[in-house]
Amino acid sequence: MSDKMHLKLTVNGEAVETLAEPRELLIHVLRERLGITGPHIGCETSHCGACTVDMDGKSVKACTVFAAQAQGAEITTIEGIGTPDSLHVLQEMFREHHGLQCGFCTPGMITRAWRLLQENPSPTEEEVRFGMAGNLCRCTGYQNIVKAVLAAAHELNSVKEAAE
Amino acid sequence: MKDLPDSAERRANLKGLGCARKRVEDARFTQGKGNYVDDIKLPGMLFGDFVRSPYAHARVKSIDASAALALPGVVAVLTAKDLEPLGLHWMPTLAGDKQMVLADGKVLFQGQEVAFVVATDRYIAADAVELVEVDYEDLPVVVDPFKAQEPDAPVLREDLAGVTEGAHGPRRHHNHIFTWEQGDAEGATAAIDGSEVIAEETIYYHRTHPCPLETCGCVASMDKVNGKLTVWGTFQAPHVVRTVASLLSGIDEHNIRVVSPDIGGGFGNKVGVYPGYVCSIVATIVTGKPVKWVEDRMENLMATAFARDYWMKGRIGATRDGRITGLHAHVTADHGAFDACADPTKFPAGFFHICTGSYDIPVAYCAVDGVYTNKAPGGVAYRCSFRVTEAAYFIERMIEILAIRLGMDAAELRRINFIRKDQFPYISALGWEYDSGDYHTAWDKALKAVDYEGLRREQAERVEAFRRGETRKLLGIGLTHFTEIVGAGPVKNCDILGMGMFDSCEIRIHPTGSAIARLGTISQGQGHATTFAQILASETGIPADKITIEEGDTDTAPYGLGTYGSRSTPVAGAATAMAGRKIRAKAQMIAAYLLEVHDDDLEWDVDRFAVKGAPERFKTMAEIAYAAYNQAIPGLEPGLEAVSYYDPPNMTYPFGAYICVMEIDVDTGEWQVRQFYALDDCGTRINPMIIEGQVHGGLTEALAIAMGQEIAYDDMGNVRTGTLMDFFLPTAWETPNYQTDWTETPSPHHPIGAKGVGESPNVGGVPAFSNAVHDAFRAFGLTQTHMPHDHWRIWRTARDLGLHG
Repeated sequence: MSDKMHLKLTVNGEAVETLAEPRELLIHVLRERLGITGPHIGCETSHCGACTVDMDGKSVKACTVFAAQAQGAEITTIEGIGTPDSLHVLQEMFREHHGLQCGFCTPGMITRAWRLLQENPSPTEEEVRFGMAGNLCRCTGYQNIVKAVLAAAHELNSVKEAAE
Repeated sequence: MKDLPDSAERRANLKGLGCARKRVEDARFTQGKGNYVDDIKLPGMLFGDFVRSPYAHARVKSIDASAALALPGVVAVLTAKDLEPLGLHWMPTLAGDKQMVLADGKVLFQGQEVAFVVATDRYIAADAVELVEVDYEDLPVVVDPFKAQEPDAPVLREDLAGVTEGAHGPRRHHNHIFTWEQGDAEGATAAIDGSEVIAEETIYYHRTHPCPLETCGCVASMDKVNGKLTVWGTFQAPHVVRTVASLLSGIDEHNIRVVSPDIGGGFGNKVGVYPGYVCSIVATIVTGKPVKWVEDRMENLMATAFARDYWMKGRIGATRDGRITGLHAHVTADHGAFDACADPTKFPAGFFHICTGSYDIPVAYCAVDGVYTNKAPGGVAYRCSFRVTEAAYFIERMIEILAIRLGMDAAELRRINFIRKDQFPYISALGWEYDSGDYHTAWDKALKAVDYEGLRREQAERVEAFRRGETRKLLGIGLTHFTEIVGAGPVKNCDILGMGMFDSCEIRIHPTGSAIARLGTISQGQGHATTFAQILASETGIPADKITIEEGDTDTAPYGLGTYGSRSTPVAGAATAMAGRKIRAKAQMIAAYLLEVHDDDLEWDVDRFAVKGAPERFKTMAEIAYAAYNQAIPGLEPGLEAVSYYDPPNMTYPFGAYICVMEIDVDTGEWQVRQFYALDDCGTRINPMIIEGQVHGGLTEALAIAMGQEIAYDDMGNVRTGTLMDFFLPTAWETPNYQTDWTETPSPHHPIGAKGVGESPNVGGVPAFSNAVHDAFRAFGLTQTHMPHDHWRIWRTARDLGLHG
């Protein structure tokens, strides 16, 4: 055990601070110190993506980021993507297209898709499959997840076009 | 009665049977508000972690926990010596064997639990695990079930020395667990020996693991003030866990509450009772504080229940024109160090004797020998009914091999031998009563949908092109027609640790016409809260959107045997319909009183009872519910509630026709699924959207198993595939799109005719993918190569067939 460090982060738009050991993983800081339990732990080796959060504009797997590496970072988790009164279109499309079953991969999956659609607002099916390949799902076989992400892209683009 | 003009509209409003209703679960899951076991945080909660054996077989000479206990934050280190006075150093398995909770003198597989560290924080617990000094003396290891049966094989289970009678009959060797037989051995052998054509082959269904995305874990909390133990955990059968916990701990069952919160996938992995649960319960009783234990992925793959590991030796005979004359199967089943198979008690090899499949086979025999090895215990039904995927893979491979021997098209061979529609209910040679089916219709629909003849022409052209050196890719057409057997029950022959495999539903209709229903099952992603409300909506006329479904809390839910083996819809779904009918029966009496007519003068119409011939005189279920609570009705108790415990008269037999078209690169061993057509018949369809989702998911798990996923050991008993780096889970990139289709042959004995679907795609998918690989090489002389068909193995097959030039 080592001395705790003073960690300051922005999580879902709010400035937060906490004490944590430098070796602590970001996923444990989020889940256990900050009570943000949307991102899950599925493998602890970066393979499954259940812990995916957005850190400074990139998708990261919070199970292999040290808390110390996240000092000063801006983090977005599933909790920051939509609100119960105003769901993000991805959240709506995952429900609409049955893109989830047990729900364990879903927060990471949607958080990754949220970043993917900012990186590439009009992806092809192939680009969605490649861009989401870091997130594993054991229930759905991905077909409806891909459908949901493509539908969300279409919806977001329509809204954008209407605004322009 | 004829439908009233608005009947259809009222029926649609119910969102009942057949509606592709969106899931009610999704709101919380898409917003990160699921409540899984690791999300539970209680004041003062401690964390447990295991010291695990690096050896597959070793004597434990000593355990020194002093350095660990000296670490600040470490509360306790439990070993078998601490559990022994409580009688908890061993625990019973579901299969009639017993299993060490913590190493008692020796370890029998790599990753076995040796000591349980309890600390104030999970990092401290992990540090302390490293500080526990265990002195091992390694022993000879046996990981091969055939070598395990040799006379001089190492003795694994010293605790069974001199025990010649096991839970399932005589033991004939120190590593032998049971021999289990069904059918007519002599008859089958004679029929096959006398056949014009005989096919013989050994089919290996390799060891793999269900690997749900959420690992196993629990939080145990002993409230010493009230004397009540609460355990939240990843339990596919919470009521069984409560009963077992009571029997093991001596705590009265009413003082134990077991809760399955949201479960992140189960697939059979979360049926059994693991040492982590027992140690957490002991630790909370000892410390008086809540204790959380959640395994990591490597622990999950190394130590919790594996699946399959069946060596299946088959013989099948036929006439020259393709009529099957008999089937003979002998299985060597590798159960690992303890027999912790999750099967109904009287079936040590599950329902493997469904291995005659979809075919009318006059005589058959199967025998299964269970064997101990230095591997992790388990043998669970990984997204299938008990050992049914093994059986389906066996028969669907044997059919393909027989087709090769006959020089016949494998689709035609199947058609010739299918059980005909007019033969149902059909008694199989191994004793099952198939409830209903129409295999020929499903098969023809499937072959037509993929243009089977066109595919065969293309394949023949491809082989010619390959021979001319114009392509290096082969085309495989993988066929499967599977028959599942799901929905255990019946109580008369299916029980788990003596507990009959019924299931249950309890309904309360609220005065304003909404309802809550609780069941003995537990969803792990199947969407029970959505679909069971649909069953009730159709039965009671209360819209599904006004029905809350609850499961998983043993303090509130009626007793049930849980969710696995596709039993929720066949058993709990039936209980739900029956409870709904009890509600309707009482509602009819209330309506008769309110309308001042005789009960028999009323008829049910979607959501109301109306007077026959006077449909304008009616009472809706909502009106009836209000009256049930607020009006004194002579001869009737107030209230509108019902409970049903359903003991199914038979199991259900879903079936399906799957066709996989696969491209295989001969030089790299890479494969690509070009088309996958899946026709499922699961009887009455409750929610087509959810059925389709189940099929996609089950097929993807089948893809994983057939094409790369395995739990592999080296000769020293080291697990070679203990992380997601080595253990194959397909990503979105290599998973194909699936084309789903259906026929609908209701089960005659199920109240709504439903059969269950969650596991069919795994049972049918594995042979479809595997047969595609085999079929690609059929023209070059391949009859059998074992799964998983990863790139290296396919490359090796091509090399061995001389295709690399």
